[in-house]
Amino acid sequence: MKFTLNGKKVDVKAHPMARLLDVLREECGLTGTKEGCGEGECGACTVLVDGKPVVSCLVPFAQVRGAKVRTIEGVQDPLQKAFVTEGGAQCGICTPGMIMASLHLKSDAPPEEVRAALAGNLCRCTGYTAIYRSIRKRR
Amino acid sequence: MRTAVSPLELLEPRTLPEALRMLRDRRPVTPLAGATDLYVGLNFGTLNGRRFLDLSRLEPLRAIRARGASLSIGALATYTDVIRSPLVRRRLPMLAAAAREVGGVQIQNRGTIGGNVANGSPAGDTLPVFAAAEATVVLRSAAGERRVAFAEFYTGYRKSVMRDDELIVALEVPPVPGKQWFRKVGTRLAQAISKVVIAAVRAPRSRIALGSVGPTVLRVPRTEEALAAGAPIAEARRLLQEEIRPIDDLRSTAAYRRRVAANLIARFWSETS
Repeated sequence: MKFTLNGKKVDVKAHPMARLLDVLREECGLTGTKEGCGEGECGACTVLVDGKPVVSCLVPFAQVRGAKVRTIEGVQDPLQKAFVTEGGAQCGICTPGMIMASLHLKSDAPPEEVRAALAGNLCRCTGYTAIYRSIRKRR
Repeated sequence: MRTAVSPLELLEPRTLPEALRMLRDRRPVTPLAGATDLYVGLNFGTLNGRRFLDLSRLEPLRAIRARGASLSIGALATYTDVIRSPLVRRRLPMLAAAAREVGGVQIQNRGTIGGNVANGSPAGDTLPVFAAAEATVVLRSAAGERRVAFAEFYTGYRKSVMRDDELIVALEVPPVPGKQWFRKVGTRLAQAISKVVIAAVRAPRSRIALGSVGPTVLRVPRTEEALAAGAPIAEARRLLQEEIRPIDDLRSTAAYRRRVAANLIARFWSETS
């Protein structure tokens, strides 16, 4: 099945009902996308499909046919550095999902916009403050 | 344990007539759109069914448009589509409010209005909106179209009048007279399933619908009548608690739900006066 993965056209063979998460990790070898809860609650497996954040544990592979999929491996952004320097990444499991969900935010986005964008991403380490700070300090 | 996908079959129609033929000829088959609920079942090994019908390519079913005085919301419109639609914001702001409270952004980007209605969970966040708005469910099968008043759609816990050869194609909402109000009470602000959810319209004849307090979404006609007749809010609170049928479950208790529902109706009344 053909789709675009991190800017490259790919053709991947997998069951149409396989979870996009498993196809990315097991067929494509992109293990940056993490599985947290496996029920769409925690956001750890967030990737972008046609530019929109989705939880890849709830996406049937068939539904990304022809779509543009972007994972953490396809990101090179100052936001990543900010997560490191500001303590936004601690244990690290939520971090790829946090970054995918906040990539579209501007560093001066109002706090309520940041909170709404990350409402679907859980973090058990930081208390979120360091994550919000990472987004503010991105440059 | 997760459901193994290898024995599963996915039908991928490109048009609505093709989908309706598959639904008629390949039963049993379960329609699948945003998969935000179905795939939770898959992940926990509780997925029912072996054959699925992917509706995601039926692009025309995503449209949100005016049909005369009514608002037509395509079954495949996502919560994000609803939140961003100027038509919804203008004509049915309580639906946009409900959509903003569903899951997080990732779920809003995938979950569909048709899925919320078809799934028929008593906790479905948009269901009180359609009940209070007196919407019509537009169903289609290979045999033709059928229109069902939202109030007559559900017959019991996760049961509806929809046949297994039918799809929801749209929700049609007539003009809503009066001020719209929506509130959801859950464990936390985001990513929570409601303990009580309410949509209401303040008008000479106010309409009030609640979710998570009965086997299906409920209208509360006696409470509505009392308020229309000028009864004090204490009386409305008392009647409401008689009309709802909450239970104790893993999310809350019946007693808490009664109390919150009564508080919400008082809040509705004071905030829309």
